[in-house]
Amino acid sequence: MSVLIYAEHRDQKFNKAVYELVSLGYRLANELNTQAIAFTSGDIADDELKSLGRFGCKTILHTSANVYDDEKQLAETISAAALENNAKVVLMPHSFRGRAVAPRIAVRLKASLAQSINGYPASVQPMVVNKRAFSGKALVKENLDGDISVITLTPNTFGLHENAVGAVVQALPDNAGAPATRVLQQEVQKGKILLSEADIVVSGGRGMRSADNWQPLEELADILGAATACSRPVSDEGWRPHHEHVGQTGKVVSPSLYFALGISGAIQHLAGISGSKVIVAVNKDPEAPIFTVADYGIVGDLQSVLPRLNEAFRKHKSGN
Amino acid sequence: MNILVCISNVPDTTTRIKFTADNSAVDYTGVQWIINPWDELALTRAIELKEAGKVDKITVVSVGNAAIEATLRKALAAGADEAIRVDARAADSYATASHLATAIKQLDADLILCGIESSDYNGSSVGGMLAEILDMPSVSSVSSLEIEGESVKIAREIEGGRQQVETSLPAVLVVQKGIAINPRIPSMRGIMTARTKPLKVVADAPADTRTSISTYEFPPQKSSCKMIDAENPEQLVDLLHNEARVV
Ligand SMILES: Cc1cc2nc3c(=O)[nH]c(=O)nc-3n(C[C@H](O)[C@H](O)[C@H](O)COP(=O)(O)OP(=O)(O)OC[C@H]3O[C@@H](n4cnc5c(N)ncnc54)[C@H](O)[C@@H]3O)c2cc1C
Ligand SMILES: Nc1ncnc2c1ncn2[C@@H]1O[C@H](COP(=O)(O)O)[C@@H](O)[C@H]1O
Repeated sequence: MSVLIYAEHRDQKFNKAVYELVSLGYRLANELNTQAIAFTSGDIADDELKSLGRFGCKTILHTSANVYDDEKQLAETISAAALENNAKVVLMPHSFRGRAVAPRIAVRLKASLAQSINGYPASVQPMVVNKRAFSGKALVKENLDGDISVITLTPNTFGLHENAVGAVVQALPDNAGAPATRVLQQEVQKGKILLSEADIVVSGGRGMRSADNWQPLEELADILGAATACSRPVSDEGWRPHHEHVGQTGKVVSPSLYFALGISGAIQHLAGISGSKVIVAVNKDPEAPIFTVADYGIVGDLQSVLPRLNEAFRKHKSGN
Repeated sequence: MNILVCISNVPDTTTRIKFTADNSAVDYTGVQWIINPWDELALTRAIELKEAGKVDKITVVSVGNAAIEATLRKALAAGADEAIRVDARAADSYATASHLATAIKQLDADLILCGIESSDYNGSSVGGMLAEILDMPSVSSVSSLEIEGESVKIAREIEGGRQQVETSLPAVLVVQKGIAINPRIPSMRGIMTARTKPLKVVADAPADTRTSISTYEFPPQKSSCKMIDAENPEQLVDLLHNEARVV
């Protein structure tokens, strides 16, 4: 038996979500009296692979096959590793790729699937997980009735738990066939903190007034090492890129800290942010619904409040 | 080129959700039903492509009881050519995908579009499962779809960027934001012609399920918001550092 973790990497690096996944996998494996095994594919250095040992993973399976752009192939490869190691649980990050291939793996393994669980399962034997439903308006406990569970984890809901062990990398053969899906072209933004991976998110709404006013918001994000985001009308207007749009029809985020700057707090926006641990709202309207879900609020005009906030955070960061 | 759009019938997104007395199910009395927003965008894109002469036929398919026919009629009114209802219970994602697969195997679709998630159970599961059951390639988080002759150009969002991909057909595309901008609203004429368009009902034996709902609850109520004077942002920094411990 085992707990198999799909350790996805980007630019040959693991991100925090993967370490969090390994932390959870280690605890699950302990509770099941078995071991956590990580699986990864494609070009990546041995040292980076072994870094998974910091969170309790002793065995790392690695195939140099570049299978991750074809969902079918990737699902086949991970499923094969799961069968080989008699996996009882397959853990995946809730990333674009993780959420795309998890359903395929579940079908192959005749397993139960839960996408985007919140934190450690409510029960492991039998497996019962916590999830959101109705776009965050409800929480649900779901029974995974199959013998095997395939699970994706919502980032920031379990946390990092160090448990250093020596990790051993085991090379697997590259026996991938020809892919059905091929990448023709790829654009990736460099040097930016990604919304999906960010611990802090600074988000602006129509209250930012125009595309030209984003500089102080970006500055706040810079100071805090945060990702930037926006409400839907802001991306519809073209003030900000579409990938920043948060909410029911955009991205669902679950950072430790979410700044809602000039966002009224419409239900469709809240659908994307209800998993945030702490919400700070700045709005000139004291009646804005965002204050009913925020933890901390400032009533005021962003034009004057934001520069002062930046000043205060800058001081804090520089230790004065 | 034939496109098939999988339609999930969901409560209007502004619906207040209620549970049954034992919290084991949702109380649907008085709920307004709509086409799942992503499925509506998928359908809109299919209609745009048909209007541009790139698509021959659009079929919509949904799993559920007779009550979902009103939603399928809306899809016909918006511009789909034919609707299929699989008369079975969408008991969980796996059962739904199995029922869809039964129906789709009888059809001749080049592209099968699913939404990235249904706004009720937020399963994010049916599209990928369907592709695996049908043994077809899948492309997920699709934000753009163009058709040029026999070639299908797909863009998908990836972490921090975008990829242009091509895939062999038939394929399942799991679509998200960007696939279309404004959902197509049925015109009066559309509503009239929808009445004469075919809505077929196909039967299917009950499928296996692999998950079940234990209980529902409401998210914990937030304690009231601490207000901070706009003149004193240092206090916010202090609270975030010492109380919330997030900076
Ligand atoms: C099917 C559907 C799906 C949707 N999906 C989404 C979604 O995914 N995400 C999303 O965000 N929305 C979504 N919406 C739209 C949503 O209903 C709201 O219209 C939207 O969230 C409002 O954006 P906003 O808060 O930026 O703008 P507004 O509602 O206009 O709010 C602007 C706020 O800024 C404040 N303000 C103005 N000037 C200042 C100033 N100088 N200083 C401080 N505060 C100021 C105002 O008091 C106001 O509260 C969806 C709608 C529908 C129908
Ligand atoms: N009952 C259903 N009938 C037809 N298609 C469905 C049904 N449920 C879900 N789907 C499709 O699967 C997608 C993802 O749904 P889900 O996996 O439930 O989040 C939806 O956007 C639909 O395209």
